[in-house]
Amino acid sequence: MYDLNDLKNKIAVIGVGNTKYGNFPELDDYGLAAHAFRNAVNDCGIDKNKIDGMLVSRIPYYARMGEVLGINPRWTITLPGHGRMSGMGIIEAANAIATGQCDYAALMYANIGRSRRVNYGGDESPGTWDPWGFTSPGAAHAMMFRRHMELYGTTTRQLAEVSVAIRYHAGLNPDAVMRNPISIEDHESARFITAPLRLLDYCLINDGAVCLILTSKERARDFKKPPVLISGFGAQDTYSPSSIANFDLDFWYPAVRAAGKQAYEMAGVTHKDVDGLMCYDNFSPTVLFSLEGLGFCGQGESGHFVEDGALRLGGKLPVNTDGGHLSNSYMQGWALNVEAVRQLRGECGARQIPDCEVVQYVQSTPCTRSIIYTRG
Amino acid sequence: MSYTKPLPRIDTLNQPFWAAARDGKFLLQHCPACGDTRFPPGPVCPKCLAGDQDWVESSGKGTLESWVEMHRAYWDGFKDNLPYRVCLVRLEEGPLIVSNLIDTTENVRMGAPVKVMFDAVTEDVTLPKFTLV
Repeated sequence: MYDLNDLKNKIAVIGVGNTKYGNFPELDDYGLAAHAFRNAVNDCGIDKNKIDGMLVSRIPYYARMGEVLGINPRWTITLPGHGRMSGMGIIEAANAIATGQCDYAALMYANIGRSRRVNYGGDESPGTWDPWGFTSPGAAHAMMFRRHMELYGTTTRQLAEVSVAIRYHAGLNPDAVMRNPISIEDHESARFITAPLRLLDYCLINDGAVCLILTSKERARDFKKPPVLISGFGAQDTYSPSSIANFDLDFWYPAVRAAGKQAYEMAGVTHKDVDGLMCYDNFSPTVLFSLEGLGFCGQGESGHFVEDGALRLGGKLPVNTDGGHLSNSYMQGWALNVEAVRQLRGECGARQIPDCEVVQYVQSTPCTRSIIYTRG
Repeated sequence: MSYTKPLPRIDTLNQPFWAAARDGKFLLQHCPACGDTRFPPGPVCPKCLAGDQDWVESSGKGTLESWVEMHRAYWDGFKDNLPYRVCLVRLEEGPLIVSNLIDTTENVRMGAPVKVMFDAVTEDVTLPKFTLV
């Protein structure tokens, strides 16, 4: 048995790749993933036949994926298409490499929701509460945000700061899907989807794919780019209530605190050391919940914390410098982990965080995960 | 006119709930071993794992924990009702449930007392809904 904390700085991300993001009806899941894989292989210069670990998420059949890429790994795992799987998958792969189950793991995620006109609600996945018309993850987040407003006096203008800051970052990212700047007034006058949430509180639905290639720190030295280390991670699930999907009455606060504490202790840093936060932003309120759980502000204080552009580059805490799910691409956490790597490599051009040394990823969801990355 | 909104999937586990709702009763699954109550029902008690679960009648009274207004019809059957309210209610007996808030008043606050009423939407299905007290 080994202590989880022994994994600190032992596993590195050596290659990252993504497709363009948008509407690609001519490609299927495998086609998108193959393009992202090829880009990640080229990014690090690995011989693809060396890849002996494969993790796929939202890709229908792992064996077909292996056939498409011409690889026969000795470690394969499939995760469902839920967004929360990105953090889980990276931690699983780190453990597989640490225990010698594979040496080089390629992690792939593809989403073709735009071309397939996915709605994320209604008859796609009816649940317990559909007879009352309660459906879609957005509605669950609206339910939480209304409660946050009632408990703490948080306002929709404060919530707007999240979408506005993240859109500002998308404007600095030439590859982002939504780049036109927006203002707090634009947010406040957008149409309601599920009040109190409006259109600009909702993430995009677009096609695309992402790939990350991981290996041990020792092997990582052999590749093109400086490795980025996984310095810490933490996890906490919250499965009650699961009949109310994507919902927690306490905004996942206990889970985010627990996962954050574990990740900080393992990495030997605190939230004060974090130069950039890559925060799962399926809906804008999730960012507020994450800031509170990780201790960037007290519980109930996130509305005040985000005011005056605090989440922008140059502000108190740059969040989702690629434009996040709200404005860059809905890659369900995977692209945020890629952005963490690119920031630490210093590859981000106009959106680069100066002197970036510590980047944290967090997903505040029923499967809460946080990962802390540092320069190798 | 036929009912076009989604209907509950009635199975052996939840059948007593839907039968009682037709009679104007809100049942909660109850554990005779440890006293836990819940909705929706499960195959075992999530607290003590006892298998034999029974049912108790809820007072139908609770407090409003949160609410939303749906402005988009994910189901076509709701198109003519937009916007409609969905509420999160903490029943007196403890369970947290989702339903519709009938009231359209602007004057809604978290913690407001609510009580159940029954809407017979089809011959077989009666949906418990809530109204401000």
